[in-house]
Amino acid sequence: MTAAIRYEEMEILLNDLFTRYGYDFTEYSKASLLRRIQRLFSLDKFPSFAEFRHRLQHDPQYFRRFVEEVTVNVTEMLRDPSFYRTLRTTILPVLATYPFIRIWHAGCATGEEVYSMAILLKEAGLLHKSLLYGTDINPLVIEKARRGIFPVSQMQKYSENYIQSGGIKDFSSYYTANYHLAKFDSSLTGKMIFSTHNLVSDFSFNEFQLILCRNVLIYFERSLQAKVFKIFDYSLENFGYLALGTKESLRFSPIADGYKQIGKEKIWRKVHETG
Amino acid sequence: MRRAKLIVIAGSAGSLQVILGIISAIGRDLPLAMLIVLHRNVDFESSLEELLSSRTRAPVREVEEKDPVVAGTIYIAPADYHLLIEADQTFSLDYSEKVNFSRPSIDVTFRSAADVYGKKLVCVLLSGGNSDGVEGMLYVKEKGGVVVAQDPETAEVPYMPQHAIIRMTIDFIVPAEEMPAFIKGLAYLPPA
Repeated sequence: MTAAIRYEEMEILLNDLFTRYGYDFTEYSKASLLRRIQRLFSLDKFPSFAEFRHRLQHDPQYFRRFVEEVTVNVTEMLRDPSFYRTLRTTILPVLATYPFIRIWHAGCATGEEVYSMAILLKEAGLLHKSLLYGTDINPLVIEKARRGIFPVSQMQKYSENYIQSGGIKDFSSYYTANYHLAKFDSSLTGKMIFSTHNLVSDFSFNEFQLILCRNVLIYFERSLQAKVFKIFDYSLENFGYLALGTKESLRFSPIADGYKQIGKEKIWRKVHETG
Repeated sequence: MRRAKLIVIAGSAGSLQVILGIISAIGRDLPLAMLIVLHRNVDFESSLEELLSSRTRAPVREVEEKDPVVAGTIYIAPADYHLLIEADQTFSLDYSEKVNFSRPSIDVTFRSAADVYGKKLVCVLLSGGNSDGVEGMLYVKEKGGVVVAQDPETAEVPYMPQHAIIRMTIDFIVPAEEMPAFIKGLAYLPPA
């Protein structure tokens, strides 16, 4: 019951991991991170902090498990249908005017949001001229995203989200169900590129008209958020869009001045030139 | 007993009426921060903020990530996120797996609040049909905080407070109809 790892012990651990593996978690939100680390610690039944620390320092395989378990990979298709409705009605018609559309899903986990976007683009007749980049720090989830296979048990929920988002087709036409798995259509996956990317240490890799980073920044402290916002700012074309989670905001970030919020949703448009 | 810095009021099925009663007793001059953690359907949307606002003159805010915990405000945990508190007394949101089939999980918030506020924390567990919150309450007690449960006899769904009472010595067991006056009394105690 008592917390197995103390706050100060976590700090030691984070310093170890940065030195040993180059992964920097020191600017992650501490309350959530501590809870995730404690969860792993008790899941794997370590008798003491010292043994946990030793294992992490000397077993790179176990460090992989650490990254997989400590980062949050929960996601769903068309989460917050009203957000997707706004994408359909307000954002996609603007993107339609470009000859070629590039979209970045930063921190995409197992890719459900990328598939959601591909469906929207397809229905708007834009998928053929679009490329969707999905990136995440965790290689395991990127592998899953590439496969495009999700549990059938989720489909009813996703179908409801789809209808609420303004979808008028039969959602099941986008996948083939086989026992408990649903494999999404290759016409969708064909326009996706998945890759590992660490927002903490990696840089901008392309220019986009739309960047989505939803429920990722909640795990970062303000200082790290500021760095990530700068990467996004650098990676957005002028008049491009940045979409965040429903409880996240650009308001207190260093790039806020160059952006204008679109309606009530957490979508901002870049209105300044990259300096 | 001295005034706490934060009161967390949590509940599940059958707790909304009690929460509304408590909120109605709170005025604009609330000397501490209050946080409501209520299990609810995502489709409920943010109308809870409007509903609570209509019952009190204290400011009511559904939490956004990194909001500071400010005395005088009644905060609501947003649906479908876990809510934690950082050492610098700001809110932190987390969209990880459900805990006790719940997101927000009351256990998660109680534990995190206890780490930050220790003895300056009051946790209140109301009506509900599962045991989310009970483990968290044990931790709150361990850290010196005050734990309050709704009298299960007066709860629409008694399981949650009942379970807490079985597992630990609850500081105050309060019937539903007395809860507003009781919480108000705690909130307006002289400062620590």
